[in-house]
Amino acid sequence: MSRRPYVRKVNRSWWLGQRRYVAYMIRELTSVFVGLYCGLLVLGLVRLAQGHAAWDGFLAALSSPVGVLFQVVCLAFAAYHSVTWFALTPKAMPLEVRGEPVPPGAIIGMHYGAWAVVSLIVLIAAGI
Amino acid sequence: MSEDVTLEILRYRPELDSQPHFQTYTIPYHDDWVVLDGLNYIKDHVDGTLSYRWSCHMAICGSCGMMINGEAKLACHAFLRDYRHGVIRIEPLDHFPIERDLVIVMDSFMEKLSSVKPYVITQENKAPSDGENLQTPLQLMAFKQYTLCINCLLCYAACPQCGLNEKFVGPAALALAHRYNLDSRDEGNEQRADVVASNEGIWECTFVGACSEVCPKHVDPAAAIQQTKISASLDWFKARLLPGARR
Amino acid sequence: MDLISTDIAIIGAGGAGLRAAIAVAEADPSLRVCLISKVYPMRSHTVAAEGGAAGVIKDNDSLDYHFHDTVAGGDWLCDQDAVDLFVNMAPRELLQMEHWGCPWSREASGKVAVRPFGGMKIERTWYAADQSGFHMLHTLFQTSLKYPSIQRFDEFYSTDLLVEDGRCTGTVAIEMRSGRLLAIQAQALIIATGGCGRIFPFTTNGAIKTGDGMAMAYRAGVPLKDMEFIQYHPTGLPGTGILMTEGSRGEGGLLRNKDGYRYLQDYNLGPPDPWPRLKAMELGPRDRLSQAFWHEQKKGRTISTPHGDAVLLDLRHLGEKKINERLPMVRELAQSYAGVDPVHEPIPVRPVVHYTMGGIHTDIDGATPLPGLFAAGECACVSINGANRLGSNSLTELLVFGARAGRSAAAFAKASPAVSTSAARERAEAVQKRIRDLFVRNSEIETVSGLRKTMHDTIESGAGIYRSEALLQETGRVLADLRRRYDKVQLQDRSNVFNTDLIQVLELGCMLDVAEAIAHSAARRKESRGSHQRLDHPERDDHNYLKHSLATYHASEPPTISYCDVVITRSKPAERVYGGAAA
Repeated sequence: MSRRPYVRKVNRSWWLGQRRYVAYMIRELTSVFVGLYCGLLVLGLVRLAQGHAAWDGFLAALSSPVGVLFQVVCLAFAAYHSVTWFALTPKAMPLEVRGEPVPPGAIIGMHYGAWAVVSLIVLIAAGI
Repeated sequence: MSEDVTLEILRYRPELDSQPHFQTYTIPYHDDWVVLDGLNYIKDHVDGTLSYRWSCHMAICGSCGMMINGEAKLACHAFLRDYRHGVIRIEPLDHFPIERDLVIVMDSFMEKLSSVKPYVITQENKAPSDGENLQTPLQLMAFKQYTLCINCLLCYAACPQCGLNEKFVGPAALALAHRYNLDSRDEGNEQRADVVASNEGIWECTFVGACSEVCPKHVDPAAAIQQTKISASLDWFKARLLPGARR
Repeated sequence: MDLISTDIAIIGAGGAGLRAAIAVAEADPSLRVCLISKVYPMRSHTVAAEGGAAGVIKDNDSLDYHFHDTVAGGDWLCDQDAVDLFVNMAPRELLQMEHWGCPWSREASGKVAVRPFGGMKIERTWYAADQSGFHMLHTLFQTSLKYPSIQRFDEFYSTDLLVEDGRCTGTVAIEMRSGRLLAIQAQALIIATGGCGRIFPFTTNGAIKTGDGMAMAYRAGVPLKDMEFIQYHPTGLPGTGILMTEGSRGEGGLLRNKDGYRYLQDYNLGPPDPWPRLKAMELGPRDRLSQAFWHEQKKGRTISTPHGDAVLLDLRHLGEKKINERLPMVRELAQSYAGVDPVHEPIPVRPVVHYTMGGIHTDIDGATPLPGLFAAGECACVSINGANRLGSNSLTELLVFGARAGRSAAAFAKASPAVSTSAARERAEAVQKRIRDLFVRNSEIETVSGLRKTMHDTIESGAGIYRSEALLQETGRVLADLRRRYDKVQLQDRSNVFNTDLIQVLELGCMLDVAEAIAHSAARRKESRGSHQRLDHPERDDHNYLKHSLATYHASEPPTISYCDVVITRSKPAERVYGGAAA
């Protein structure tokens, strides 16, 4: 048979090929840090259950230079994750009001609005 | 003053070449030419052995998809004036086997297209004498953009998941399934579910979004897939929480 | 080489071919259908049609009006029994498409919407935005996937028909990806390969419209009917030939010359109302509009563009909202390919070859004079379009006659004795030898692109919008010479795998044969009717020429032209009246 279809292999660095793929990989990477921070919160609960000494130790660790650095990095990545997530929401949940599509900006805006409200509630509950 | 432009084209003749290799051509530059005009010029005047698919030259038949400077585009919709500076590199669409030169093997796509049952499915058959199904402009608008897919496969070439997993049903096929699921005349969501809501269906998608960015018809397959993820998940819960209720 | 047997073979998977396949599958699911196409079905040229499909649906409309519009539009060369059947079946077929999911544009009530179209008294053109052909093709293709009895042969190029004992028994096709030949034996065969616009240099047609099926039937002894009638669509983009749909005029678009003047009023198409008056001005029939351009050009009233003269299609007054809603593709095409945004500027347009009224001679059931061979769609001539086709009749024609040919072929297949296998293999081997000979040639000087250019130049010169004896005779001579030169064409690509050079050579052979039929039919018809206009015979001559021309193939000689009667039932030939007088 004269046919011999040629299969091109996808190499490991495929994502370096275009800016959109690099941005995507960074976005995916941020979820690792979101996950790590969740782990940190769970650890906090465990330490709380273990009593005062454990809890104070936990807070001290959080205030250490490494602890602060970790939290700053997580905050940055979580924020990036949220921003990219919000930007994608109009695609996943198109809304219609009286037959007209709601503009994507409005949908994204609603997410930021909800985020602000929830943050406010958390801050008030935390006594700030 | 006549300008020239250089095209670097990936060639592959299975009977002659052990693997694909680039061949360079220099052609005259015209302000209103598209890459396809360049290819036709080469075939007619320089090298009759260059093989590629094309037909309509107006971005509606979907034949001429290729990688142009690493980006999936229709050759009839890529203007030389946008690539004027530097060499234009032309390769067959990514993520498909190469049959010959710029011609890819599309069999896998045709199967995936078929597998999502892309036709109206109803409980009862209507005869033409029953008249038309009423469908308001609003109901039409709900699925209209998803009808615009010309099956050009640029989305498959742009999607990294298509490159990493050849079983992934893919953006165009899933967008077409969504088109039928949203059509008020169709009752086939459930019948499409085992392909659409499978691991190789919507769940292989990680919302890279490249598919929608390269789509020449603004179909937005990424949106179709994310919306299907939500509806498929809701259907999954409904089926378990309300066992009697069928879609 | 392989040989397979089937019940119905269909060559061409565009609107007509797909509709025929579905019709066979529905008539009898036990009949095997082989659907053969040189391109994947979604690439068929039906996909590029824009405006819509005509079918009577409004209360103020009637089958009779559609009938009369069509017959008058065809300058009385239409077979009226066929037109009656056509207008009758049209609404049913379009409703069937709706049931199959075609996204027809709608009125607020949810009923299917219709728009005005050229040459039609009442609006009856069903449309899906401005991509009606695209939506119809995809609806038909996707629907065809439901039927397990339809087996597709995508990217198989059919080269010859098999004929034995005066019956068509199948076809031989090249599997393009491998170069292997496949002989398909069939109880009945339908050709649905489309028109031959690519014979002309300047056309809306895609690369694949090379008249392959017309040539195959022609070479097998079936006459090509009315080939001189080539439609120029009045509004194509200069250079690329890309179609600006008639729908843009249906929505109210205007044609202006270089002085901004709506020139059509000078050609018996007025008065120039500001709103689209049906059958007048910009909604006149295509032949008259293209002819008006020719006259304006002679008077020096056209604008000059880098790609030749043009007039202006003005959509500005429609407003951005309406353009985006009803004509989105027109806007996008004008922006991409002409660098013009129709919301702000008029679009330069000129007549472009668009449609072949003529084709394979068939009867009202899609049957050709060769038993076992059927044809439908643009490649066939029933004739419902006569000397000039009205816009939006063609998409409906694909459905009505595609279905009809499918059902006729199915009935024939079941009623006829099984085809014998003896000659099939022999005939297929002769085809193989002919193709091998092309590969073996080594030092010939003729190239496919060189021959094609000469064909383009001569056909445009002799068989353009206006024709004359001397130029037609010259074209006939050049084409005969081209046929001799074609025997020395040199293949540049000698591979077996997806050899598009080979396909182009074979397509050129088909075009040269069909071009001769066009030139000789045009030379013999010494009158002007519809889209065939003679400077030396400017009047219509019903006495001598109210007949269909039939071109019969001869291997190394020009075709002979004979005539057959037109079926006239209730519409007697009269003057074609458009403009205000048509009310």
